[in-house]
Amino acid sequence: MDSCMTSVVLDNGLTVLVEEVHTAPLASVWCWYKVGSKDEVTGLTGVSHWVEHMNFKGTTNIPRDQVKGIIEKFGGSWNGYTWIDQTTYMETASTAGLDRMLFIEAERMANCIYDPDDCESERTVIISELQGSENDPDTLLEQEVIAAAYKVHPYRHPTIGWLTDLQTMTRDDLYQYYRRNYVPNNATVVVVGDVDTDDVLRRVETQFGAIAAGPAPRRITVVEPEQFGERRIDVAREGTTAYLKLAYHAPAIGDRDFFPMLVLDAILTGAKGINLWSSFRTAPPQRSARLYRALVERRLASAVGAGLLPTEHPFLYLISATAMDGIRLQDVESAATAALGDVVRDGITERELVKAKNQLRARLVFENDSVTNLGHQLGYFQTVASLDVYRDAPNRIAAVTQEQVDAVAKKYLRTDRRTVGWYTPTDGAGA
Amino acid sequence: MTTTIHKGLAATRHVLDNDTVIISKDAPTVPAVTIHVGVRAGSIYDANDLIGVSHLTSRVLDRGTARRTSDEIAEALDDRGVSLSVSANRHVMNVSCTCLSEDFEAMLEVVGEVIMQPAFPEREVGTRKGEVLSAIRQDEDNPAAMAMLTLFATLYPDNHPYGRPSKGTVDSISRIERRDLVAFHEARFAPSATTAVIVGDVACERAVAAAERVFGSWRKPSVGDITLAHPPSQRSRTELVIPMMNKVQADIGYGFTTIVRSDPRYYAYTLMNNALGQYGIGGRLGDSIRERQGLAYYAMSSFDANVVEGPLIARVGVSPANVDRAIASIDEEIRRMATEGMTAEELADCKQYLIGSIPRLLETNGAIATFLQTAEFFGLGLDHDLRLPSLLDAVTLDDVNAAARGLDVNRAAVVVAGPYQR
Repeated sequence: MDSCMTSVVLDNGLTVLVEEVHTAPLASVWCWYKVGSKDEVTGLTGVSHWVEHMNFKGTTNIPRDQVKGIIEKFGGSWNGYTWIDQTTYMETASTAGLDRMLFIEAERMANCIYDPDDCESERTVIISELQGSENDPDTLLEQEVIAAAYKVHPYRHPTIGWLTDLQTMTRDDLYQYYRRNYVPNNATVVVVGDVDTDDVLRRVETQFGAIAAGPAPRRITVVEPEQFGERRIDVAREGTTAYLKLAYHAPAIGDRDFFPMLVLDAILTGAKGINLWSSFRTAPPQRSARLYRALVERRLASAVGAGLLPTEHPFLYLISATAMDGIRLQDVESAATAALGDVVRDGITERELVKAKNQLRARLVFENDSVTNLGHQLGYFQTVASLDVYRDAPNRIAAVTQEQVDAVAKKYLRTDRRTVGWYTPTDGAGA
Repeated sequence: MTTTIHKGLAATRHVLDNDTVIISKDAPTVPAVTIHVGVRAGSIYDANDLIGVSHLTSRVLDRGTARRTSDEIAEALDDRGVSLSVSANRHVMNVSCTCLSEDFEAMLEVVGEVIMQPAFPEREVGTRKGEVLSAIRQDEDNPAAMAMLTLFATLYPDNHPYGRPSKGTVDSISRIERRDLVAFHEARFAPSATTAVIVGDVACERAVAAAERVFGSWRKPSVGDITLAHPPSQRSRTELVIPMMNKVQADIGYGFTTIVRSDPRYYAYTLMNNALGQYGIGGRLGDSIRERQGLAYYAMSSFDANVVEGPLIARVGVSPANVDRAIASIDEEIRRMATEGMTAEELADCKQYLIGSIPRLLETNGAIATFLQTAEFFGLGLDHDLRLPSLLDAVTLDDVNAAARGLDVNRAAVVVAGPYQR
């Protein structure tokens, strides 16, 4: 997309990013907060996500009954999500709706209500969301594996929170968390689309300029200690299908090992790109990838995938496989471990390196095909790393060497520092 | 013959000598191209004793051709970072490919081979059968999937092609052999049943020329079509429970059969469904079940008019303790819609939303390709994107309320799957 990007910081500390893209009469507005589930303390897990839900329920100047339709009038879509490092809200609509979108985000930052009845009503909605995801054995296993892979770092708890915390959290817990973190100096507003940069900056100043900065939110500094020895989880529940997870500690986005590890992931399971909003919705090119050949082509698994996600602190390289009906998990695990052992012992080939880079180059194009996706990427990287990392990603991928990939394979794919998860269906099938 | 529309999407439609339809749209937003090739070879064409043959064909189609092995195709795709997938819906098998524009011709060639000359290697058939069987077993442990499969079987009984499981059954898949896939391909794949849509950073002339090179020499007689039976009218309410006591949440599917896509009431139904279960966060259903009562994370409805009467379905996921209350709430909203209809303000809001969202929905290559493919399948015209706003705008309050009166809670099919028993 032809574009130019402008970055400005208002007096109250709000970062504003504007990118003009004149391909359709649309604008996408994103508002990002540097707060996610890693910032939660014990007893309040899930508070970031619950706060996100509450911030769709009306404000001082947007009455509850006027929330519905406020963006739809401009043909727009809206959404929001919370993850381990960040919380974000978005609207994409016709450019005529730009002021309305900015107004909504300014209201969301400063004037949400937290009506006690709404808080109670949302408690059951979120518990329903949690239980809906726990219906999926693969999601349930992932939650348990991540919890086992960390001893102290708050990445260990699920973004949606533990059920017991969701049952006991109060309206005041939610409101205090909101007030502490939803301040302009903890936020980034992104506008991408068929807009004029100077005009956008004036409008942003009008909508957000009067919101006072707050005390700098508390930052997590805890470092996960080194893992000594493999950890294993076996979730045995009634079901039809067996699942395997292998979790390896992985580099953070700011670590120089991140991009070599991204290339390694492409070689093992196919390139996914680096856009959480769009990339993982399209299957990666993986038919010649090592783990696909080792598991799926050998009829041990019906599917295999992995994710290396750009995160602020070191997260996990999580490999997932669905056992083929009638295949023992032990056989899937052995084959996966052997394939990973091969790459650790022998390294990768030059051809694999070229292929992985080609894949990532293509994915970076595919994942930036809309103003919404572009807006996501700018805000995401500004929040969890820096814009420089995002802008430089194509060069950093191109510069990765075979030796670097071999080195990260040895450094991170260690069986004595991994967590293995089995989901064993107790009716006997597949186990 | 070439037809060109010069406003809106401004797509070009070209019919080759062998009757293959080529639709192209130059969209230079990013240096990428999306290719969708649809063949009228969906699951409705499965024989009753070989349910799932279309789906299994889609899984094996791109795993080897007369000219390339499965590994060679894998390398060709992976070397360039290309996404290639084959899927089958009720009517159409679709080969979808997204590639960089520099790889367009090479990838269209692969897509063409896959469609015209699949080899169906015996080993690949065996591997993909295993995958499909695993997927069927996963569905059996998935309350949302079980609710939908059972609801469709209820709305479309007696082996109606819309009521059969598209993936097939453990029994049917176990019986399907390579020769069945070869026979299915031979019977259903032909130029006259094929539409190739090409959207992206490639000039229309280049796209058509490439398509002509790939598909132009394909010679095969036209394939016959089948006539689908109309689904039976629902005379009474049906309620079914699929107990899945190992789960924590229940999924409810609640539906009716409605109208065909060519019915003039299509846009009235679309607007009525938008108000019922989509506008905002799940329309009236979301307002009641999620926002006011806090019962569910999701509550929404969908409307899918098709070649024969398609379904309107409400879906909700709730804790088992709230199943009865959620069903009563759906009943209440359906009854209210049927008896009181929509308000003029509500209709205006839904029109404004659906019309206003067209540019957003047609922003990406993939979305445009899907839109053009659907317009071609239902004969909506190359200018459908231009006419769509006026088609929606012309719907009156009487039109939507007449559509709403067709919804009768006493004739609904209701399925609950999850940790719930009566």
